[in-house]
Amino acid sequence: MTRDVAVENAIEVSGLVVDRGGRRVLHELEFAVPRGSVTGLLGPNGSGKTTLMRCVVGVQKVLAGGVTVLGEPAGAAGLRRRVGYVTQAPSVYADLTVHENARYFAALYGISHTAADRTLADVGLREFAGQLVSTLSGGERARTSLACALLSRPEVLVLDEPTVGQDPVVRHELWQRFHALADAGTTLLVSSHVMDEAGRCDRLLLIREGELIADGTPAGIRRDAGTDDLEQAFLRLVLAREVREPRPGR
Amino acid sequence: MSARITFATAARILRQLRHDRRTIALILAVPTLLLTLLRYMFDAQPALFDRVALVMLGVFPFTMMFLLTSVAMLRERTTGTLERLLTTPVSKLDILLGYGIAFAAAATVQAVVASTLAYWLLGLDTVGSAWLVVLIAIGNAVLGMALGLLVSAFARSEFQAVQFMPAVVLPQVLLCGLFVPREQMVGWLQAISDVLPMSYAVEALTEVGTHADPTATIWRDLAIIVAAAVIALVLGAATLRRRSP
Repeated sequence: MTRDVAVENAIEVSGLVVDRGGRRVLHELEFAVPRGSVTGLLGPNGSGKTTLMRCVVGVQKVLAGGVTVLGEPAGAAGLRRRVGYVTQAPSVYADLTVHENARYFAALYGISHTAADRTLADVGLREFAGQLVSTLSGGERARTSLACALLSRPEVLVLDEPTVGQDPVVRHELWQRFHALADAGTTLLVSSHVMDEAGRCDRLLLIREGELIADGTPAGIRRDAGTDDLEQAFLRLVLAREVREPRPGR
Repeated sequence: MSARITFATAARILRQLRHDRRTIALILAVPTLLLTLLRYMFDAQPALFDRVALVMLGVFPFTMMFLLTSVAMLRERTTGTLERLLTTPVSKLDILLGYGIAFAAAATVQAVVASTLAYWLLGLDTVGSAWLVVLIAIGNAVLGMALGLLVSAFARSEFQAVQFMPAVVLPQVLLCGLFVPREQMVGWLQAISDVLPMSYAVEALTEVGTHADPTATIWRDLAIIVAAAVIALVLGAATLRRRSP
């Protein structure tokens, strides 16, 4: 297979249009995510981040355009081992222990129990292993969900707000882990609605009302907007856009 | 589809059940309690107890597995675990068979406990053998499971899922021939009864009550129950969509 050498970008999105509930949620998105990087998908709640991530993992019905992941159409059967997805609401079994969850997901990929246990330790859950997920805090649940996606060592990791509700120390450790994974060749697409996380990404995609308003490195976006503060930069980009393409009725 | 994933899924579902001790207690205690009630209700008419208890041994697993599966599957849909599973190497068949194996195992335990009690303690008397009763009970459990899986797609909340129970189970119990013999029903009612799978389960159980050896009718009825379960599973599989709007 030639896909690994031929494909520079892990994710390529072209002309992507999605409607949900009779409303346009994504407007002809066009971008690429390079391999072995941490790309942040930043935008306010309701901007279309989750819908876009669902497109990347291939569970979202798409009206037009397409998403290619590792050279295959998103959601292709061959990608299910190579792409990991962590939903915003932790999708693990609340009535199982942390350990039982990890072992079940490990079994789906044919991964050994020891590898599953190691992944739990990696995300700082070793001491909670025997605890029922329903008795964990929100942050611990989110890490259980994350562990279940990490254990198959996917080449592409799609993480929907993985750091929400984590304490600052854990959040710092998680970002270090994301970068360690990227250094080892994993491609991460991480969404967040908190601007102070934007600076931790290699690349940023700023999304608002289903449209991409910036695509570049944090430094590049700061420079273009003429400010060191990414929150300010986001605001300026939005305003500049509204002046350029005024939207009547808004 | 992979045997490893199917069995891992069945084991996971049984583990979830194991953590829910109260549900296990209810699965085992409720049928035994109801059978005991029947025994003393028909204290003076042992023949009637034999007939009703036998039918109930088929109704319990059907009802309980229907309820368990519809709620368990609804949870998988609403908590996002189903969507997540469908992004992993799991196939739809793995999920369906996993549920089938897990709940058939639970139903076997339930049927063995309830039948043992009915035969040894409550004096249930059938001409045919008890293992056939257990076998038909397991068939009914699988059917209940398959229908539960299907209706979970049409429920948005656990409230709604529970409301499907009387809607799906009660008509079958009313028309299965327990209250009014099927041949005495008016034509259109009989026609409805003919397409409800529970009618065949009850017919098979009644045959066990009156025949020493398994009859051709019993095997045919079991085949109909299994076929109905397969149809429900296929329809259920169609409701497991990898892509949603």
